[in-house]
Amino acid sequence: MLTSTELDQQAVPGGAAASRPAAARPRVRRTPLTWVRRGGLAKLVFMLPLLITFGVFSWWPIVRAVVMSFQHTNLVTAPAFVGWDNFVYVFHDPMFLTAVRNTGWFALLALVFGYPLPLVLAVIMSEVKRLKGLYTVLAYLPVVMPPVVSVLLWKFFYDARPAGVFNTILGWVGIPPQPWIQSTAAAMPSLVLQATWAAAGGTIVIYLASLTSVKPELYDAAEVDGAGLWGKVWHVTLPQLRGILFITFILQIIGTAQVFLQPYLFTSGGPVNSTTTILLLVFQYAFQNSLGGNYGAATALSLMLAAFLALLSVLYFRLTERWSD
Amino acid sequence: MKSRKLVATIATAAVGVGLLAGCSSAGDSAAKDGKVHIVVAPVLPGATADALKALNDRVQEFEKANPDIDVKAIEYQWTGTTFAAELAGGTLPDVFNVPFTDSKTLANNGQLADITTDFKKTSTADKWNKNVLDVATGSNGKIYGIPWGPYAMALSYNREIFQKAGLDPDSPPKTLDEVRADAKIIAQKVPGTAGYMQMTSGNTGGWELTTLVNSLGGRMEKVGSDGKVTVTTNNDQTKQALAWLKTLRWDDDSMGNNFLFDWGGINQAFASGQVAMYMSGSDVIGSLMQANGFDPAKYGVTTFPVSDDANAGILSGGNVDVVNVKDTPEQRAAAVKWIDFYRTQPNVDKDAAVKNAQTLKAGNQAVNAPTLPVFDQATWEQNQTWIADYANIPAANLKPFTSGIFDQQIVPEPSAHTQDLYGALDSVVQAVLTKKNVDVDAQLTAVDKKIQALVDADQH
Repeated sequence: MLTSTELDQQAVPGGAAASRPAAARPRVRRTPLTWVRRGGLAKLVFMLPLLITFGVFSWWPIVRAVVMSFQHTNLVTAPAFVGWDNFVYVFHDPMFLTAVRNTGWFALLALVFGYPLPLVLAVIMSEVKRLKGLYTVLAYLPVVMPPVVSVLLWKFFYDARPAGVFNTILGWVGIPPQPWIQSTAAAMPSLVLQATWAAAGGTIVIYLASLTSVKPELYDAAEVDGAGLWGKVWHVTLPQLRGILFITFILQIIGTAQVFLQPYLFTSGGPVNSTTTILLLVFQYAFQNSLGGNYGAATALSLMLAAFLALLSVLYFRLTERWSD
Repeated sequence: MKSRKLVATIATAAVGVGLLAGCSSAGDSAAKDGKVHIVVAPVLPGATADALKALNDRVQEFEKANPDIDVKAIEYQWTGTTFAAELAGGTLPDVFNVPFTDSKTLANNGQLADITTDFKKTSTADKWNKNVLDVATGSNGKIYGIPWGPYAMALSYNREIFQKAGLDPDSPPKTLDEVRADAKIIAQKVPGTAGYMQMTSGNTGGWELTTLVNSLGGRMEKVGSDGKVTVTTNNDQTKQALAWLKTLRWDDDSMGNNFLFDWGGINQAFASGQVAMYMSGSDVIGSLMQANGFDPAKYGVTTFPVSDDANAGILSGGNVDVVNVKDTPEQRAAAVKWIDFYRTQPNVDKDAAVKNAQTLKAGNQAVNAPTLPVFDQATWEQNQTWIADYANIPAANLKPFTSGIFDQQIVPEPSAHTQDLYGALDSVVQAVLTKKNVDVDAQLTAVDKKIQALVDADQH
């Protein structure tokens, strides 16, 4: 894989110069004209659509959100700066702890059940000799479905009446009807189940691609050393996939910390706030009141989450740097 | 070489600019036909093909009478949790509706167009009952909307399920005890059907709990003589209402298995026969026919039981059609003409009433959905006689409601932080329905504290 530094070097006009030692390069005075001659203008023009798109739809809203988190505003009259008031408000809201607890619970359940599943399935699928393409398509299909459609479908499946789809299936094997999203205890696991189903396909495809890069000789050597199936997975497959596993792990943490779609569409945070996650609380701060919400608190909580995730990511990469070598 | 690169660069830039400029051209060409264009939102998402045809006929009729106005009708549903996003995002159409509880505040916030001049030109401007028009009047005395379809909360029921359970659909329950008894019979005799259910999520749980509490004589908010609002959800009637729900849910098991219903969700469940009785607005049959294709012959509605308490009454509400604050004066004028044509005239003008009824009937839409009078009872009764020939909901099915509603005391919705209050009460109702033993007292005290803090913050 090319690193971004390598890509930058290749992009320098007259590519060969890039491979020369720096000391040997002739010193050229940088002026706007030399910048244009070296294709700087063309580079800028080609980057412009990207810069405009990211600037308008991503960076500018982020800057506005940071500013808004220190303001009291109804988006109509002039905003007033209120210092750290919004952050204090969020910390004192009893729903804040509930949302943090629920998000943590979702992330933990998704980690325990959702993280190993794609890996196990990918390893099994890589061993399958016949109809491999069909299994890959079947695994990836949920990813292709529009997320809102699949959540609404599952909501129908989760009908808690004995005649509900899942409850009928459970009835065939003698299991009594389950409340699914209708009870405070079962709601979150039900959300995780759907989220895992919806997301596993994407990760499976990544693992399948990585598994093709594991050298077959390593398995042969392990076999010679007397390793069984489990031994081969533990001593060859997992260490070889280490890099990609580290990445999917942190991506999963970031993704689950931002879960919104499932609680919003399945339960609106209920029953009794048992599925109110941090992002749903952000939404409720901003939009629950039809007359205009607490946009300051909403942006403050968003920033707190972003800061936490950024910090977590840095710590995680520091920690895993050593293990990756 | 260099010049070729420069040409390529300029060409790329030109294409890019052209692409960006292309985005805004559609609006310009549309405005060049010399017509005033307005987007109106009179139909619910998921409306049936019949409903869309009926609407289309009405639009054509309006455009024929006003050849300089072009009307585009889109689907829209006011919901407490999405409206603020649409308002903040500027995605609302030129004409849209908001509930009685919101119009005054939105007007005072400068978020609605002032339509006083155009409103005064309508033929009914002086006929309005000041109390009704007040919901659309700003504190500056200007008019910001036109009210329509006031309703009282009612008990909707499925006559077919009543019959299946051996109950008489012409004799619906008259007290909460009778609702409970009938719900229990239905749950036992018609498996998979909730005997009685009410809404619980998207702020509707609080709305319906408030209705129940009002019907027992309680109030969720009290306004002192100095105008100070005190949040009073932790009262005897709220506890009585929650205890009643608890009995139905846990002792009788007559509320089914699904406890997360918002407005659209419970309508769907009722239309598909999963719920036999539910608390609804008296006009809900209009939506049931429009969005769920429900057969009005199966529909029954009666007044929601009100206790003997002197303060007991029935919660009422309604809609206000308002105009987008960003509209040009021409669009405002066109919008008011549309609202007057579509909402007001069928109440007061015989021709308009008959034409409207004919179109609705041809489109299989509710002609005689029971609402409260928008002007006065005499006008309302006269209107009923005009449309009687086209009525497509059997009058006998509506009789338990229409014969009793004028005897009930009407109670308006709580005025301060209504949606916040309803949202906070959602989880109290959900708690009672999903957990057997709930400390109701603690939950209600927490709601009082939370909403009172919001009310007090406004007064600082």
